[in-house]
Amino acid sequence: MSTTLLHRALRARHWLVVSSFVPGFAFAQANSAVDDIAKYRQLLADGNPAELWEARGEGIWNAPRGPNKVPLTGCDLGKGPGVVKGAYVELPRYFSDTRKVMDIEQRLAYCMVKLQGFTQAEAIANHFGQGEKRSPMEALVAYVAGESRGMKIAVKATHPEEARMYAAGKQIFFFRGGAYDFSCATCHSGDKQRIRLQELPNLLIPADAQKTYATWPAYRVSQGEVRTMQNRLYDCFRQQRFPVPAYDSDMITALTLFLAKNADGGTFDAPALKR
Amino acid sequence: MDQKKKEKVLRGIAGVLLSSAVVAGCAQFATRGSDVSADTLAMMKSSFTSQGPVTVEAVLNQDQAQKLCSQSAEAVPEKVARLIEETELKAIKPPADGKYLGDWKRGEVVAQNGVGLQFSDKVGGTNGGNCYACHQLAPKEISYGNIGPSLYRYGKLRGNSDAIVKYTWGKIYDAQAYKACSNMPRFGHNMVLTEQQLKDVVALLLDPASPVNQ
Repeated sequence: MSTTLLHRALRARHWLVVSSFVPGFAFAQANSAVDDIAKYRQLLADGNPAELWEARGEGIWNAPRGPNKVPLTGCDLGKGPGVVKGAYVELPRYFSDTRKVMDIEQRLAYCMVKLQGFTQAEAIANHFGQGEKRSPMEALVAYVAGESRGMKIAVKATHPEEARMYAAGKQIFFFRGGAYDFSCATCHSGDKQRIRLQELPNLLIPADAQKTYATWPAYRVSQGEVRTMQNRLYDCFRQQRFPVPAYDSDMITALTLFLAKNADGGTFDAPALKR
Repeated sequence: MDQKKKEKVLRGIAGVLLSSAVVAGCAQFATRGSDVSADTLAMMKSSFTSQGPVTVEAVLNQDQAQKLCSQSAEAVPEKVARLIEETELKAIKPPADGKYLGDWKRGEVVAQNGVGLQFSDKVGGTNGGNCYACHQLAPKEISYGNIGPSLYRYGKLRGNSDAIVKYTWGKIYDAQAYKACSNMPRFGHNMVLTEQQLKDVVALLLDPASPVNQ
């Protein structure tokens, strides 16, 4: 079966499963709604659609692309050129060649520009894919993340630049503003909180931070796409009534570093499956 | 104390708060924030773009309460909290016609509606209050959040004396007048809801006929 066909088949299967849960969702209280998602996860445990993104990402990583017609196998994600295994769980990190702290997406875009000859705009084009308009970046991140599955998140932020970005991320986390006076902390600094029936992790305690950070990127059932941390934070800012955060911006990297360090020591388990 | 003196004290406290937060921040895990630095503000400014009803200027130009509350609420000293509450209390505007109670049925619509003021929303649409996101209200709605306290039987438990009516209006208009750094949006102060919508939500909470009080 071709990748496209397999993809379609999986989608059809998961939508059937989802629709069967809708009535239960409407009448259930918080706990059973969570149970339904857990059941759904179990049903798909043998075939998370994210695997298709991982496979596509591996193909993109190895394919000669761009004006220079070279693969990304010379790309240094922090553990040496071409080393993908274990790279994700150490990001964001400081890179001496750019003298910057970069997250996975900034680093992949950098490699596409530097090695393959793409422009920055080309490297991040279509970064949030939709159906046939596929995102090379989401596939690449799924592939790289998958190569860290089962490993410990190891983000210590000990380099002075990392410490500076961590401090900035922390300030952004607590920054209240906008029409609703919200900060990230409004929803993510209390224990066992919910918005409607949606559970909210307390990102200031290691257990919750680890569980959350370890499960991005994820295949999102509601969107039928694999989404990355960049997308998760983009959508948080939208709901926070904040302006549009630029993709691949240092602000997102700072915030991601803050969350990653809070999750240090957790066991990475992504690409995951989420509502 | 007159207003000028008060502002001076507040600035002084904010300064002490900032320096102590920096010292404490080094020793602690991420349980509290600190005043936002010029570098971080510049980073945010260059990373955000205005869209729809949200402008970068409006969000990054924090007012006093937003600035002083940009850390965990427990980290805000008692004195600062009282001063925030005093300032916010003064900013509450009662309804122009002196009538606080609207229509609870329309209030329920406001409480259910979570639309508005996101960068993906259109400018000038009708905003919701999204009360159920954080509170239990009418018992038939089982999809409610728990960031705020349950408001089921709010009016039945408190009655609707003048004092309760005015407090309820004030709490929705500007929650920080009664609890500094509350997580609750200042729906009147920040012009999220119209005067009529505020009245309708007050009615949802206080009208004896409202499902909240059954």
